[in-house]
Amino acid sequence: MTVAISAEHLTIRFGSFTAVNDVSFSVQQGEIFGFLGPNGSGKTTIIKALCGLLKPTSGGGSILGMDIRKDAAEIKQRVGYMSQKFGLYEDLTVQENIAFYAGVYGIEGAKANQRKDEVLALTGIGPYLKRRAGQLSGGWKQRLALACAIIHSPEVVFLDEPTAGIDPVARRALWDLFFRLSGQGVTFFVTTHYMDEAERCGRVGYIYLSNLVAIGTVAELQRLPDANPAGTTRIQIRTDRPSAALEDVRRMPGVREATIFGQSIHALVETAQLAQLKERMPQATIEPIEPSLEDVFVTLTYKIMETAP
Amino acid sequence: MKPLFRGLIPVARKEFLHIVRDRGTLFFALLIPMLQLFLFGFAIDTNIRQVSTVVLDESQTQESRALLQRFAASDVFALRSSVTSQKAMYNAIQSGQARVGIRIPPDYSRHLLDGTTASVLVLVDGSDSTVAAQTVSTATGVALNESVARVLPSGRIPIDVRPSVLYNPATRSANFFVPGLIGILLQVMTILLIALSLVRERERGTLEQLTMTPVAPLGLMVGKMIPYGCMAFMELCAILAVMRVVFQVPINGNVLVLLLLSLPFLLTVLGIGLVISTKAHTQAEAFQLAMGTILPSVFLSGYIFLIDNMPPVFQVISRIIPTTYYILILRGVILRGAGLSDLWVDGAILTAMGSAAILLAARQFVRQKAI
Repeated sequence: MTVAISAEHLTIRFGSFTAVNDVSFSVQQGEIFGFLGPNGSGKTTIIKALCGLLKPTSGGGSILGMDIRKDAAEIKQRVGYMSQKFGLYEDLTVQENIAFYAGVYGIEGAKANQRKDEVLALTGIGPYLKRRAGQLSGGWKQRLALACAIIHSPEVVFLDEPTAGIDPVARRALWDLFFRLSGQGVTFFVTTHYMDEAERCGRVGYIYLSNLVAIGTVAELQRLPDANPAGTTRIQIRTDRPSAALEDVRRMPGVREATIFGQSIHALVETAQLAQLKERMPQATIEPIEPSLEDVFVTLTYKIMETAP
Repeated sequence: MKPLFRGLIPVARKEFLHIVRDRGTLFFALLIPMLQLFLFGFAIDTNIRQVSTVVLDESQTQESRALLQRFAASDVFALRSSVTSQKAMYNAIQSGQARVGIRIPPDYSRHLLDGTTASVLVLVDGSDSTVAAQTVSTATGVALNESVARVLPSGRIPIDVRPSVLYNPATRSANFFVPGLIGILLQVMTILLIALSLVRERERGTLEQLTMTPVAPLGLMVGKMIPYGCMAFMELCAILAVMRVVFQVPINGNVLVLLLLSLPFLLTVLGIGLVISTKAHTQAEAFQLAMGTILPSVFLSGYIFLIDNMPPVFQVISRIIPTTYYILILRGVILRGAGLSDLWVDGAILTAMGSAAILLAARQFVRQKAI
């Protein structure tokens, strides 16, 4: 396995504000790496640093073996980037958008035609070549944005919230494309707010307040000690009207977290108090469960908020 | 493509497409300067003619009528109305019905016949200083001529000054103002178009995408300048044609020299537009900043007011306004028939200013894209 992306003690400060604090991780070639965190936690800043757009204050990193401090020009040529804003020219046609990005990456002549055909075959946007980008639906806009972002056959692709605001069908179609490319050896670095998307990723990192708080496969994160504090049990409470019962559950002794999940309540309860809780809710079915990815991140976030000054 | 200008050709090609696609903007960008040329070209006339004048002739004699005829013959005064009291004369001026009042006293003819000095009152509304100065000097001239004619019965004047105005013999205002107006119109149009184009990319997020590609800052900047430069150049040719045909302003120098020396000016205004676009975050901000460049270049560039008459501080400021040099070039070639050997310095200064502006914009851009 070769490392495609790595960050080593990456720290970026803007004046007195630390946007990224001592972040280290590595992503293997062909992996889909998910990056989660609230807005403003430093996700986009890390992407910019890894693409060589801004110099780290300290620490460093590499992309495909190239130093992000020194080789910005070469990195750009071998890296693709797609953001939630698409970066498409809405008054230009699909074909013109693709041709522009091909030109920008210095792809010309027969090579340009070949690449165009390849990205058209992959994204299936061929029937819309003459249509203006602004007249495409959200899902097709994203496919076009992806076509433009990979026109130069990048080995690493950064996706900054690529599916924000599109419908589930289009989202799944787009993820299928990511998987196909990943199968061809393309490495993906994806930031997202959607837990289900994060669960599709091979590995996930969670960044909060400029710090990378957790990293690993979904299963590893679910078993993290911090997400399953000693002396607590995560339970599912099935009851008739979970929303009516939620406030009561939250007020019961020993309940640290409680939230609605469909027809049930998920709660983190001190194991010592579990029996008492069962007594109080005789009509409910209570059973222990594995934490979801969301549970993990919420528990981690609460823990940081408690320990923070 | 050299790394410094990487992406220039695709950016220029794309920008041409934007221009062609957006017919509305193209139409107005070309039409509005033309409309303004017509508007201001016809409207601005600094030659003072036919100033409405009210007369209070208390003498009512042959002599007084002769004097009034002389006033009327000057073409500066239009003797519109007569009043019968001094109060009415003041009222006419205060209310704006007349700008000048001429009062000939009852004893006018008697003084002339006695050989003593007759006095005539000329009241001038000073709210417009140009009109006031012109009417005062003409009134003095009229009185002097009338006096000489009375003293010298032969009517032969010993000295006859024959002024000859070079380059603009009819002292037509259009010849003076239209060439300068070209500079102002080109500046407004070009700065606005290119600044909006780059800020639009910032607003829509395409600029962020471009920073992730290997496009070099200078490739992006110069790539954007080419299409808008071409547009401005076409507009310049059209405006020159209208100036020649509609306003009958002759181009005394070589048109090719004029077009050649226009290039450094276009370079400069394009560069200023780019600098503005790196400062502005929204199209509204860019618009405000672009508009802010208009007034200094109208009032301090020598377009309307003579730079030599300005306080020293403002003379220095006028020297850093690019339009100042372009107006020198425009008037030099169009009116005086000046050539490259007379105007190359102005062209060189503009080239230096333009290059500096573009480099500044590129540097700003590199700094910003990191954040």
